[in-house]
Amino acid sequence: MHIVVCIKQVPDSAQIRVHPVTNTIMRQGVPTIINPYDLFSLEEAMRWRDKLGGEVTVLTMGPPSAADSLRKALTYGADRAVLLTDRFFAGSDTLATSYALSAALAKIGEAFGAPDIVFTGKQTIDGDTAQVGPGIAKRLDLKQLTYVSRIVDVDLTSRSIVAERRAEGGVQVLMTQLPALVTMLEGTNEIRRGSLDDALRAARADVVVWSAADAGISDLQKCGLRGSPTVVKRVFAPPPRSEKAELVETHGRAPAESADALIDIIFARAPGVEADLAKSVSGF
Amino acid sequence: MSNAPASPQAGGGRASMKKELPERFKSYRHVWVFVELERGHVHSVSWELMGEGRKLADKLGVELAAVVMGGVDAGVREAAQESFAYGADVAYVVENPVLADYRNETYSKALTDLVNTHKPEILLLGATTLGRDLAGSVATTLLTGLTADCTELDVDADKSLAATRPTFGGSLLCTIYTLNFRPQMATVRPRVMQMPRRQDGRDGRIVPFDVDLREDDIITKLLRFVPDRDSNKSNLAYADIVVSGGMGLQSAENYQLVRQLASVLGAEYGCSRPLVQKGWVPAERQIGQTGKTIRPKLYIAAGISGAIQHRVGVDGADMIVAINTDRNAPIFDFAHLGIVTDAVRFLPALTEAFRKRLSPHSKDRLAG
Ligand SMILES: Cc1cc2nc3c(=O)[nH]c(=O)nc-3n(C[C@H](O)[C@H](O)[C@H](O)COP(=O)(O)OP(=O)(O)OC[C@H]3O[C@@H](n4cnc5c(N)ncnc54)[C@H](O)[C@@H]3O)c2cc1C
Repeated sequence: MHIVVCIKQVPDSAQIRVHPVTNTIMRQGVPTIINPYDLFSLEEAMRWRDKLGGEVTVLTMGPPSAADSLRKALTYGADRAVLLTDRFFAGSDTLATSYALSAALAKIGEAFGAPDIVFTGKQTIDGDTAQVGPGIAKRLDLKQLTYVSRIVDVDLTSRSIVAERRAEGGVQVLMTQLPALVTMLEGTNEIRRGSLDDALRAARADVVVWSAADAGISDLQKCGLRGSPTVVKRVFAPPPRSEKAELVETHGRAPAESADALIDIIFARAPGVEADLAKSVSGF
Repeated sequence: MSNAPASPQAGGGRASMKKELPERFKSYRHVWVFVELERGHVHSVSWELMGEGRKLADKLGVELAAVVMGGVDAGVREAAQESFAYGADVAYVVENPVLADYRNETYSKALTDLVNTHKPEILLLGATTLGRDLAGSVATTLLTGLTADCTELDVDADKSLAATRPTFGGSLLCTIYTLNFRPQMATVRPRVMQMPRRQDGRDGRIVPFDVDLREDDIITKLLRFVPDRDSNKSNLAYADIVVSGGMGLQSAENYQLVRQLASVLGAEYGCSRPLVQKGWVPAERQIGQTGKTIRPKLYIAAGISGAIQHRVGVDGADMIVAINTDRNAPIFDFAHLGIVTDAVRFLPALTEAFRKRLSPHSKDRLAG
């Protein structure tokens, strides 16, 4: 079985700072990580490889430095890493990203065997759109299984997959055909530590590096900024609320007294809340 | 995987090169809202979007249409009728047995066909599991732009959709346009937009639409649907009062203080992200950019610093009350009321004070 996991290298946004004057993002020195949501998909991919045999390829599109994340994925236990990198990809939105990744996936199919399952993360922490997975599925005509909480079964003979998918108000148990695109829900598994062997292998491994041309992309109009129907016109910091919070005095008061004072102000400023509470009490 | 710009300048430069809308898109008109109907129940995000869609349609001077699809006799007609009460002028209804349950294959085909036939300029969907699953497929098939998780929608002087969303973990907002493609697609998370007032008796036109789908041709099968046990489900997003706790509580045990206050108030309880990461509180209770968005009448935040990622989830609250030892904590920049004190000591006192006032014997102390 061949499984491909698409991952993204993202800035560790806990450490992103915004320049107070220009409002631009200060990326310098911000460490990068594998998008945390991708790790649930990577682990799931490796579990099914371990169970059924085969290989896991990790694929990313990004700057040359994104090779770091691919190497990290190899230390976790992935078998092969492909980096799609080209200046033509800069500024891609979700549509252009799914175009480029789909081309690379097709190329991976030619070079290393057609994937039975393609995983992506449920969403990223920096873009947070959850749209690239569905985009890839549509372009490559893969059956789409998003928000999967559990893959129940993969049957390579009948080429079927059964998965539990989180839906509004419940869980759908779906059966469909391979090849499929799966995005895993967070918290569904825990990424393994990876063995010492994996670490040694990762250190020596060659990351396959492809340009747009290498991936067989001939129409550069579909890539990067030019291939992105969406345009970002303005970036700005959210406006602060005009008035500061009214602070309840605590000085020299017991907590019970401050609590009463706070409730008085809440009820004075939000009479609706008091009325609701009164109703719910008399309802008993 | 990003709608975010490589650099803010990059987008700006290109936007200024705007060409005229290609001829084939000029006939695209009207604003559509996809109405999410599952198991006879319309997700309230659809009506929230209807309210927003109404404003856009009025600004553009066009009609607002609801798109309702589902199985035969599955509540599609009823939902269409209801959409008029929430502001729709037209409802496109697609009834077909294969649409009884949501499946990407069938729904994306039906919606794509409908768009290609009736050509809307704007198409809005809820950013739910269903909406996100569907929107990505449809936008890719139509090769148009999609802006996810918008917090604000507006139309510009040139009549294009201005979709604003947080970027980079919520520390900045950006406004995104789909200039040369139609429809302009956007998703919005539940509770981000206000629920519009229902106008009973308001009527509209129903336009049935047939889609060529037969069960035999569909590969994906729904084997079972396992409904969530209600007891397990939090109603956080729609609660009138929410009490939540953050790292200032210092331990999982102290989080009980939040639950106790919530219980006295008949409120839902929530938390900031680190408490979920520590395993103190289940993930469905997280409030913020990567958790739930809430719009309660009263939000009480204990020991929460008020990071931007938390703030975007609570900005819709009518009244925010912050309890924090640090008088310079960012939460006091957007809370309405605050108290600078130790939450671990203060919460039990607050719970007790509310309990006293709410006990039936002291009803006279309450209005109503
Ligand atoms: C991509 C991304 C997405 C995120 N999404 C979310 C999200 O959805 N929701 C979310 O909440 N966070 C989110 N975060 C995390 C967010 O940036 C903050 O780190 C988090 O909200 C901080 O939680 P906190 O306020 O509980 O903890 P802290 O920031 O540690 O603040 C603790 C506060 O408690 C106060 N305090 C300390 N002791 C006491 C006491 N005894 N009594 C009262 N107050 C006390 C302190 O003064 C401080 O203000 C996200 C981060 C990233 C990078």
